[in-house]
Amino acid sequence: MANIISDETIEYVGILAKLELDGEEKEKAKKDMGSMLDYIDKLNELDTTGVEPMSHVFPVQNVFREDVVRNGDDRENILRNAPEEKDGNFVVPKTVD
Amino acid sequence: MKQYETVIGLEVHVELATKTKIFCSCSTAFGSAPNTHTCPVCTGMPGSLPVLNKQVVEYAMAVGLATNCEITRYGKFDRKNYFYPDNPQNYQISQLYLPICRNGHVDIETEQGKKEIRIHEIHMEEDAGKLVHDEWSDCSLVDFNRSGVPLIEIVSEPDMRSAKEVIAYLEKLRLTIQYLGASDCKLNEGSMRADVNLSVREVGAKEFGTRTEMKNLNSFKAIARAIENETERQIDLIEDGEKVIQETRRWDDNKGYSYAMRSKEDAQDYRYFPEPDLVPIVIDDEWLNRVKDAQPEFRDEKKVRYMEEYKLPEYDADIITLHKKMADIFEKTTELCKNPKKVSNYLMGETMRLLKDKGQEPEDLKFSPENLAKLINLVEQGVINGNTAKDVFAKIFEENVDPEEYVKEHGLKMDNNSDEIRKIVEEVLANNPQSVQDYRNGKEKAIGFLVGQTMKAAKGKANPGIVNQLLKEMLKNE
Repeated sequence: MANIISDETIEYVGILAKLELDGEEKEKAKKDMGSMLDYIDKLNELDTTGVEPMSHVFPVQNVFREDVVRNGDDRENILRNAPEEKDGNFVVPKTVD
Repeated sequence: MKQYETVIGLEVHVELATKTKIFCSCSTAFGSAPNTHTCPVCTGMPGSLPVLNKQVVEYAMAVGLATNCEITRYGKFDRKNYFYPDNPQNYQISQLYLPICRNGHVDIETEQGKKEIRIHEIHMEEDAGKLVHDEWSDCSLVDFNRSGVPLIEIVSEPDMRSAKEVIAYLEKLRLTIQYLGASDCKLNEGSMRADVNLSVREVGAKEFGTRTEMKNLNSFKAIARAIENETERQIDLIEDGEKVIQETRRWDDNKGYSYAMRSKEDAQDYRYFPEPDLVPIVIDDEWLNRVKDAQPEFRDEKKVRYMEEYKLPEYDADIITLHKKMADIFEKTTELCKNPKKVSNYLMGETMRLLKDKGQEPEDLKFSPENLAKLINLVEQGVINGNTAKDVFAKIFEENVDPEEYVKEHGLKMDNNSDEIRKIVEEVLANNPQSVQDYRNGKEKAIGFLVGQTMKAAKGKANPGIVNQLLKEMLKNE
């Protein structure tokens, strides 16, 4: 494998993704990530001179909605997805800036 | 003592005045009960798909054109990944690689003269929900009504050097966007939010110093205070041989200082990538020209036209065009009563005074141009006098009453009957011999008191011209 992922990198990526990995999982993730980057390197060998960067896999553009209110109050249904609710709000662990 | 210079760039978020959110058909109305304007899209439910609101693109284009930007003809959205409970998808849909507008500028004017502030880019994105800390349960509560409300973020270059320039720039943006009808731009309600990026450097230095980003600035006054405070804080650090840390700080306007929020994450930490759920936006010439043709007359042009077409003094034109709402009322009223200077007087005098008394903004004005025009006509035609008009205007301001009916109902028509007024004047002169004596002894001011007494006796309805004329006549005769 050409790309070796360091312990610091995998630790950092774990923090960003809010993932807690144990020793074994970390080693596995390092290997996976390394082989993914190897594959990217392989793709980079291709000469893409003159090829437009692709923004989307479908050849579709300009899909819009008109600015008209169509959704009514569906709070009851939406809050069914809340682990906990209070006074019409989703309750989450204390979060302050 | 070294000389320092402050270098400021601004990130301004503006909530667009669309009826619906950027990616779903939920209402954007402000102040409703929590979570009553939500759906699977704006609460980030798995499997839901966003569909772009066309009006958002048109407003963003219009603001870009008005700020001399290049419009990106082939654009797209990107995902900005971060975890926070007000962001239900764990990513914000924004634009990093191909923002809708780039390389613009606006011209500002301060006491130092004219200056160009460059705009780096304007991009479209979605707002987050509102997080409230619940004292009782030691939990936080999330309301997603604001989640998905469309925003544009206007990023300036670091071209400003003082709080005055910052405020002039913000005023210019606010006016431009209000004239476009793209947002009401209220800082105190959060429909316009400015983050200040600030660094200091020694005068003459080529490199920028380390910058901080200041958040939670809810008024022009808070912005000015925060800039002054942060400039001093950074200079003190440097003078003490310490380093400025690149970080986000939160301004507390009550206490008059800021504190560090979290160390600024690097751009790649957001792990941006192209948004796969939205297709590219292609803006062709036809669409661009249509938005261009719909651009309104902006403040500077309007001001010049008011001076030329309506012969308003520059002072009047300046104040009236400062708010789109004022300018709209001025034009419609003038069209109806053909008396621009009188309309301007009402707007700059009584209207401004009442707004100030009630702590309101011109955007809050509720009276109709029709009723103001009728009032001005009533005075011009001599149906009511100026005093009465002032009282009636207060009613129009308050409840938008029809002045013709109001005057009729309350019997406020001006008394033009010289014989009746003569009787009242005779009485007033008889009751105030001292003032009569004073006037005849050359104290001309005494006539003012007598006019006041006569108007009072006539319940404010007497024709002031006739009162003045009769008083002078009768004081001379005896």
